[in-house]
Amino acid sequence: MLLEAPFTEDRIRALRVGQEVEITGLVYTGRDAVHKYLHEGGKPPVDLRDSIIYHCGPVVVKEKGRWVVKAAGPTTSIREEPYQGPLMEQYGIRGVIGKGGMGPKTLEYCQKVGAVYLHAIGGAAQVLAERVVAVEGVHMMEEFGSPEAIWEFRVERFPAVVTMDAHGQSLHRDVLAASQDALRQLG
Amino acid sequence: MDAKTLEAQLLELIRRTSTRLPGDVVRAIEKGWRREAKGSIAKSALRTVLDNIELARDKSQPMCQDTGTIICYADLPAWCDEPTFMKAYERAVVKATKVGYLRQNSVDSITGKNSGDNLGPGNPAFHLHQTRQKSLTCRMMLKGGGCENVGAQYSLPRADLGAGRDLAGVRTCILDAVVQAQGKGCGPGILGVCIGGDRGSGYLASKEEFFRELDDTNEDPRLAKLEKRIVKEANSLGIGPMGFGGATTLLGCKITHRNRVPASFFVSVSYMCWAFRRDGFRLSESGKVTRWLYD
Repeated sequence: MLLEAPFTEDRIRALRVGQEVEITGLVYTGRDAVHKYLHEGGKPPVDLRDSIIYHCGPVVVKEKGRWVVKAAGPTTSIREEPYQGPLMEQYGIRGVIGKGGMGPKTLEYCQKVGAVYLHAIGGAAQVLAERVVAVEGVHMMEEFGSPEAIWEFRVERFPAVVTMDAHGQSLHRDVLAASQDALRQLG
Repeated sequence: MDAKTLEAQLLELIRRTSTRLPGDVVRAIEKGWRREAKGSIAKSALRTVLDNIELARDKSQPMCQDTGTIICYADLPAWCDEPTFMKAYERAVVKATKVGYLRQNSVDSITGKNSGDNLGPGNPAFHLHQTRQKSLTCRMMLKGGGCENVGAQYSLPRADLGAGRDLAGVRTCILDAVVQAQGKGCGPGILGVCIGGDRGSGYLASKEEFFRELDDTNEDPRLAKLEKRIVKEANSLGIGPMGFGGATTLLGCKITHRNRVPASFFVSVSYMCWAFRRDGFRLSESGKVTRWLYD
């Protein structure tokens, strides 16, 4: 199903674990350095209300004066577990695109503030880069370097799977528990 | 061969490594895709993976934006000394970064500053050996951070896992590593394992197993049997591609061993993501590639 901007609370709360979505609108990249910076009280250079954050450190090069995205798949999200939930609440972030899933603290905040975790296919940097139709800006490039900067990506039909929803469900929690059971049975 | 030719050939090796997957890996992913249930998220994830492999090759762009740690193994003949090789390889890396085959991926661990050209202490990671062969052999791999982070090293015995100092204990550790990794290492993954050695040599040997092709058979029948068993059992755990659930958790498991001191018994497990970027070539003194090693 299509998930189009604006990413309002209603639209986000309607999503359920297991749904495959295609995202259209503006998303902001942000990974380790950005999350640490915001957590320590740094001011966000963009308005994050009803936004989607993309855990991604893209390969972007300048060709003939404009930015061209060469590769843009998700990075591992769990590193942002200490920061993500509180930042969702403080700035009204409605969605996080990443890979590998996040933990109980983020899940709790998803429920509390009305947010979801959207799992993109890790490593699929070309398929996903094709869905970035424009680079609308870049922030904090000097401080954090290109992979860690905040890139404004205009995406169209960007594919992801809802793996944590605003109703307390997490595919990651379920698969972990089921695989631990299966391992015990193997002995 | 002059320095320019060597540099150009190494740049081509880096381009190929970053933008194409070896045939044995693609075949294993296709097999996984056929196995997954129709309409499942697992099948759709592997479809995206296969589309991505094709797109990266056709566009000559990085398979994954995390172009990883650059790990380079080379056997150097008499006509190429280490400084000459390293200089040419480093220049090729800088160029590959500039044109976007490689991401700026070398960060100062003290200041957090990105060097911007993939050079810095330990980057790229060279493993150079002399050879009496006439040709130069270079193998390389790009290993992303997501999969590197889910690697694990066990010191046996481990009472909490019920793992003793024998092959049964080794199996327990490896399967534990698979469950701990879930989808975080961009599965379906490939394991490189070393039994024994010290903490450093064990991890290094576990990574060198990634230079084996997925469909080869271990020369040691005991390890060949264990490799097969691990893949089968891991795929019964239901973790699946990306940890979405499904039947394809591992594409392969390669195990080697090193002697150890009596007091130590390490099991070192390295995890490679599906975007398993390895390539290699043989280069003649005249500067011609005489063979690509992983087509």
